[in-house]
Amino acid sequence: MRIVCPFCGERELGEFTYLGDAKPVRPAADAGEEAVYDYVYLRDNVAGVMSENWYHGGGCRAWLKVTRNTLTHEISAVEPAAGAGAAKVGA
Amino acid sequence: MAGAQTNRLGNGGLIDRSEPLNFRFDGKTFSGFQGDTLASALIANGVKLVGRSFKYHRPRGILTAGSEEPNALVELRTGARREPNTKATTAELYEGLEAASQNRWPSLRFDVMSVNQLFAPIFVAGFYYKTFMWPAKFWEAIYEPAIRRAAGLGRAAGVADPDHYDKAWAHCDVLIAGSGPAGLAAALAAGRSGARVILCEEDFAFGGRLLSDGGTIDGLPAAEWLSRTLAELAAMPDVRIMTRTTLFGVYDGGTYGALERVNDHLPSPPEHQVRQRMWRIVAKRCVVAAGALERPIVFAGNDTPGVTMASAMRTYVGRYAAAPAKRIALFTNNEDGWRTVETALGAGLQIAAVIDARPDVSPAHRSLASKGGFPVLHGSVTGVDGGKDGVKKIAVSLTGGARAEVEADGLAVSGGWNPAVGLTSYHRGRPKWRDDIAAFVPDGAPPGMVAAGAANGDFGLGICLAQGFAAGAAAAHHAGHNGKAGTAPVADDEAFSLTPLWHVTGKGKAFVDYQHDVTASDIELAQREGFESVEHLKRYTTLGMATDQGKTSNVAGLAIMAAVTGKSIPETGTTIYRPPYVPVAIGAFAGHHRDETFHATRLTPSHHWAAEQGAVFVDTGLWKRAQWYPRAGEKDWLESVTREVKAVRSGVGFCDVSTLGKIDVLGPDAGAFLDRVYINTFSNLAVGKARYGLMLREDGIVYDDGTTSRLAEDHYFLTTTTAKAGLVMQHLEFCRQVLFPELDVQLTSVSDQWAQFSIAGPKTRDLLKEIVDPTEDLSNEGFPFMGAREVALRGGIKARLFRISFSGEMAFEISVPARYGEAMARNLMLAGKPFGVTPYGTEALGVMRIEKGHIAGPELSGTTTAADLGLGKMMSTKKDFIGRVMAGREALAAPDRQVVVGIKPTDRARRLRSGAHIIPKGQTPGPGNDQGYVTSVCFSPTSDQWIGLALVERGRERIGEIVHAHDPIRGEDYDVELCNPVFYDPDGGRQRG
Ligand SMILES: [Zn+2]
Repeated sequence: MRIVCPFCGERELGEFTYLGDAKPVRPAADAGEEAVYDYVYLRDNVAGVMSENWYHGGGCRAWLKVTRNTLTHEISAVEPAAGAGAAKVGA
Repeated sequence: MAGAQTNRLGNGGLIDRSEPLNFRFDGKTFSGFQGDTLASALIANGVKLVGRSFKYHRPRGILTAGSEEPNALVELRTGARREPNTKATTAELYEGLEAASQNRWPSLRFDVMSVNQLFAPIFVAGFYYKTFMWPAKFWEAIYEPAIRRAAGLGRAAGVADPDHYDKAWAHCDVLIAGSGPAGLAAALAAGRSGARVILCEEDFAFGGRLLSDGGTIDGLPAAEWLSRTLAELAAMPDVRIMTRTTLFGVYDGGTYGALERVNDHLPSPPEHQVRQRMWRIVAKRCVVAAGALERPIVFAGNDTPGVTMASAMRTYVGRYAAAPAKRIALFTNNEDGWRTVETALGAGLQIAAVIDARPDVSPAHRSLASKGGFPVLHGSVTGVDGGKDGVKKIAVSLTGGARAEVEADGLAVSGGWNPAVGLTSYHRGRPKWRDDIAAFVPDGAPPGMVAAGAANGDFGLGICLAQGFAAGAAAAHHAGHNGKAGTAPVADDEAFSLTPLWHVTGKGKAFVDYQHDVTASDIELAQREGFESVEHLKRYTTLGMATDQGKTSNVAGLAIMAAVTGKSIPETGTTIYRPPYVPVAIGAFAGHHRDETFHATRLTPSHHWAAEQGAVFVDTGLWKRAQWYPRAGEKDWLESVTREVKAVRSGVGFCDVSTLGKIDVLGPDAGAFLDRVYINTFSNLAVGKARYGLMLREDGIVYDDGTTSRLAEDHYFLTTTTAKAGLVMQHLEFCRQVLFPELDVQLTSVSDQWAQFSIAGPKTRDLLKEIVDPTEDLSNEGFPFMGAREVALRGGIKARLFRISFSGEMAFEISVPARYGEAMARNLMLAGKPFGVTPYGTEALGVMRIEKGHIAGPELSGTTTAADLGLGKMMSTKKDFIGRVMAGREALAAPDRQVVVGIKPTDRARRLRSGAHIIPKGQTPGPGNDQGYVTSVCFSPTSDQWIGLALVERGRERIGEIVHAHDPIRGEDYDVELCNPVFYDPDGGRQRG
């Protein structure tokens, strides 16, 4: 598999580490145990297109949001995480 | 004296008769020529019997002339290089080659196991499942060893492979598999268009079927066209054509696997050269011109040595000038088989008869028959009379019911051609059925890939060239290259007509899968027993599961299953195709990653100095760390470690701790960031101070710990454990980039930038004063416990100094740029000489941390909470942090959790061992009363006895209680007392002093 890192270009799978579903959002501090439980443990078992967190540890150390089809491994989009790169969000 | 090559033809062939080669097969010496394979050389020497079959030990000969060969498997080479299951059909001959047949005992010609044939009923399909069901323990003790003896596929060398293997990457626009007419035409078109091209050919010569079948291309004899084409391709700087290279797999994103047999054709690789190279090729487009495989027809005795595929017969006669037989019969159901007759007659061989299953034969072939003086029999072969010495007589059932017999010493068989659909189907593609050729052809392919020529089911020479050329030009165009491709090579198409015929019923075993000895009746039995689905059929009969992956057998197996179930072949379907296309040695996958180069090795900055000191090193992850420094006269490691500990506790010692992960956390929100990733607070840490921090995973379990210092308002220096250095960096980047992007903070890994030493012991300050610039205040007031700041060293370089202690002694850690690490070690030795400075290793480090009750890897086990480790009070209640909510779950906060506690044996002389289970005293050990286990132990020089840390249920409430340590692995049982985990200086006065 090849991933096109927005910072490094097209690179080989071995440079990246997979984390998992990028959809769950970390709940606010006061969201309660139920919400955090869902965030930590509950995942959809997607057969098709999903958004995933990948880490370019063998390259620029950016976290990437990769849109991948779990059935075909086709990657349709790669975006940097909100805080990836040198600049602060909104700066 | 080498054999006489009795079956070598007087002229012709692509062998080099000026280069004779001697070789040995089963101890007997033969000779062949440069350009031979082992198979062609054996054939030239009249050898028909080359192996015994897997299950029934039937005599077997050479069936094919390529990598699809199921029968002619040998052990090639001897000693450490002995390789079983090597196909004689692809093994190139070299001077001194040694090969031995497999699956025979005591000899190939007389094999006692061939009595298995008499017990064939017990070896039927599913026999593993049926016969050896009960009792279970018999499987290991009796059945498996017996089966292994009886049914082997050669013996591995049993010793380490002496050769090297390489792994390499390649990138191109157009990758082409195969150098037959279609592949070469594709390469021409793509290369002329300006594309970067890689062409992989499995054979040691380019040309594919052109080498065996010839033909006329662009008005030239095939050989001449071939050499012109190869010259043109060789002259293109961006075209790389590779022989001995099999494209074996297709992976995601246009990545392909190819195995290059760099030096398999030599007795051993030349010095400093690899034997094989694994290529990972990234290609924008791929043209599969891998050709097609001729398929056998299943009939009784079809495995008799001397029964050969018709196209292989042509290859041996035409390419290798070796005659598999002198008087040949052909059994065909298609037009193409007849080409073997033409080749054989052209070489002066005799044709005994042609048995053609089709209702009609072309007028041209009729006149060929009358000219050649052989009969054309319309019908099918029903049996073969012969054995280990080859074919003698062939029984034929004629259309209409009459019977005939043909005397021949060889039988060429053609059941039609199966396009090589492996590569196009590796992404779970299912090929589709084409009626006109009665074969599966590619139905789509992985992205960027297209099949051309015979691999696409189009067999004529003309269409192969045209399709290959068009595919090559299109691939180049898609990859962005639009140069002039010129005109496609032109040739006529041969006629192709076929009447499907898969299985001729008759008396005797009719083999479908030669390598696994699966017969037509096995398939019928599988159907009767309900294993109709092709995936079940495959596993129940093991059809297609041998090293050849059923290249010659799968389609015939499906066809027979289709016939007995009354379904069509496409309805019956195919099994899933999976790489690799040919067996690939694990050594090639490993490449240089074996033995001491299995993984990268990281050396600490002071490594070479430590080696000079005679340090014993221990592998910790990728690192080599000094474990202890033995001195002359010390009888074991314990004596050395005990000396090191005592030296630190009474004087001063130092230890390289550079392996800790080190991260600079910078930015205005650095403190806020650390507050979210640590359970305790760092935003209120004063500049110039250090603090111990603990991180949780989001599920509330402890992740890592370490000391973090604030060097400036917006600059923290964070350390991690050695084991988690990379993972914590990844975790923190996740927190920064994904969870908290609003924070203005940056992280930089500086683990390799700083050499860090722990200097510990009551004389630490004395030593440091010799190192640090005299203007730096190291007094307790000027540099208090948990102080951290940059200092100047004598000579001017800057260092970071941290007053932190893992040993419990008065201690500092000093960081210098890594390039000064070795000098620092030497300097500490020099400056510390008056104070008796002692270097200590990780073992003494561990002893002192256990004496001090500090947690480390064994306690940070991925199951413990902060409270389990006695650090629950560190959890801030005033802020959110990773793991906060989940750490509050009932079970993680339960009062009966196993928590860290100290242990010491009631018998002072006893040695403790980690892993022992803690059981209440007086109870019989069992899962019901297992209350925890011993995590860390050491001999404590300070306590003069073994001590340890353990995780014990309600341990902190049970200090003073005597419990039982049960160690079933080592067969030890003894009593220990639960105690305060801080064995040494519980008030901490020494580290503050
Ligand atoms: Zn990158």
